[in-house]
Amino acid sequence: MTKLNTLLKSIGLATVLMTAGAAMAENITGAGATFPYPIYAKWAEAYKAKSGVSMNYQSIGSGGGIKQINAKTVDFGASDMPLKPEVLEKDGLMQFPAVMGGVVPVVNVSGIAAGQLKLDGDVLAAIFLGKITKWNDPAIVALNAGLKLPEDSITVVHRSDGSGTTFIFTNYLSKVSADWKSTVGEGTAVSWKVGTGGKGNEGVASYVQRIKNSIGYVEYAYALQNKMTHTQLKNREGQYVNPSEDSFKAAAANADWTNAPGFYELLTNEPGKASWPITGATFILMHKIQDKPESAKSVLSFFDWAYSNGNEMAAALDYIPMPDKVQKLVRAAWAKEIKDSKGNAIWK
Amino acid sequence: MPTFLRYARLKLQNWPDILFRSITRLSAFSVLVLLLAIIVSLVIGSMPAIKAFGFGFLSSTEWDPVTDQFGALVPIVGTLVTSGIALLIAVPVSFGIALFLTELSPRWLRRPLGIAVELLAGIPSIIYGMWGLFVFAPLFGEHIEPWINDNIGVIPVIGPFFSGPPMGIGVLTAGIILAIMVIPFIASVMRDVFEVVPALLKESAYGLGATTWEVMWNVVLPYTKIGVVGGIMLGLGRALGETMAVTFVIGNAHSLNASLLMPGNSISSALANEFNEAVGELYTSALIELGLILFFITFVVLTIARFMLYKLSKREGKVT
Repeated sequence: MTKLNTLLKSIGLATVLMTAGAAMAENITGAGATFPYPIYAKWAEAYKAKSGVSMNYQSIGSGGGIKQINAKTVDFGASDMPLKPEVLEKDGLMQFPAVMGGVVPVVNVSGIAAGQLKLDGDVLAAIFLGKITKWNDPAIVALNAGLKLPEDSITVVHRSDGSGTTFIFTNYLSKVSADWKSTVGEGTAVSWKVGTGGKGNEGVASYVQRIKNSIGYVEYAYALQNKMTHTQLKNREGQYVNPSEDSFKAAAANADWTNAPGFYELLTNEPGKASWPITGATFILMHKIQDKPESAKSVLSFFDWAYSNGNEMAAALDYIPMPDKVQKLVRAAWAKEIKDSKGNAIWK
Repeated sequence: MPTFLRYARLKLQNWPDILFRSITRLSAFSVLVLLLAIIVSLVIGSMPAIKAFGFGFLSSTEWDPVTDQFGALVPIVGTLVTSGIALLIAVPVSFGIALFLTELSPRWLRRPLGIAVELLAGIPSIIYGMWGLFVFAPLFGEHIEPWINDNIGVIPVIGPFFSGPPMGIGVLTAGIILAIMVIPFIASVMRDVFEVVPALLKESAYGLGATTWEVMWNVVLPYTKIGVVGGIMLGLGRALGETMAVTFVIGNAHSLNASLLMPGNSISSALANEFNEAVGELYTSALIELGLILFFITFVVLTIARFMLYKLSKREGKVT
């Protein structure tokens, strides 16, 4: 009986504490994209240790994040796919990039090691359209003189769930292949012409590792952690590059953020000799007019801190931090765009 | 005691009865209300898709979130085919298990075997899914599918259903995993109903010189058919709605293939995969309509089962 009593009391206490916490508005709540969840969680933990403010992030998916921020149930939403400026305008939102990552094609072909296979945008699109079906297709052989390619059929693996990773990948293919653009297009989920679908990055990763002669695409972090065989890609300057922190940074540095209204900037097919062509940022969404200025201020302080202090944590988890000049632009945008109901800037 | 007082006391004793009756009635009706509420909310949720696609939704294989074109044929076929394969495998196996447990097994083996079957039923579906993906699919893809391709895939007429790249995942794999999942349900129901057959009936048959098989087929099965069909329907219900295990192994491709070795999609796995990230009214609504269709399929299946039982009971005594 005493045990039960203690249990009941502690539950009661916990409830009181939770309500009190919510009332203090010290806690930040966010919801959305799954891709940046590990780094947001890491930042939240470190930030709480430093400032006492806890950040509660639910990785419910980008689509969910957009719905939640529009419903104002969270202080910020997160999406891997940036919203178009006109959509932002319509919903009274502003967005800024938080952290970047890269998408890499991964293959499972016997005798081919990581970084050996070279592909360009056209060939990659043709493979994912089902137009190139054999590994020893002349188009692939032409890019890979000296590499022994098997005469086996290619099995394409894609994401079965809607995903920012798919968006970045299909956005790249749409930019480099007119054929892809007209038959499939870009989106978090698309109508795949061939292949089999794995759920999440881990699903695609395990399918590619399992199925012989397969090709798929995953976030860079997953490719690294699962020691997968990535390919080289030909970038806009015609150079073959390997995916790495440096090639992602190069793509980000060459992006023209200044002239991107609402930070609507996709880092695919960026210029620059060292740029990895399939790079993308993940975004934070906030309301421009804040009913609760204190929580908005807390959110901005959190990301300000993360920009200044979170780079090493991001790199440790294989994310790419935003370049300094982009951080400056974002801070300026906060000051300019996020206001309380009286029209005063919240971030100064 | 005056009469009116006696009546008053009787009434007083009555009210717990009335209370009890109202409570049970409320509980029973709440099921109906809940069912109705779910149907209504599904219909409301799928209204945009119903308006946009009409009945074409049921026959279209298109599933393109980019251009907002949706059709449900691929997941409907996937759901029906995987459940069909599951029953095709599970019903005979379960019958064998139940027969062995009730008639042939030595007494000391019955309990452990029975408990093992029940334990199988308690394993969460995600475990079956992960086992299917990490253990079964590689074995199936490396050893069994090449054999199927070479031996069954070359037979005319049925060959096309059994040829394709040996990936280990696909509609057939999903059906087999589902079969393993529903076997414990069907087998334990069958065993339970076989056990209630009066010993008198069975022993009379044995006494007349019937073999075990004849006793099972001509005495036990007719006596227990309602329970057996009920068990099969329970299994089918689980197979139709199973989500996680199927999602892991079916391949999740919105394409219609004749071959069972190719990836496909089922209604529940499409929902599990895409609902989170479905952006836009029409996309969400199309997914909800898929849910409505699954609801409808389950309803039809149950109705057919009831109808079959009704027909069977009408035939009773006429056929010898």
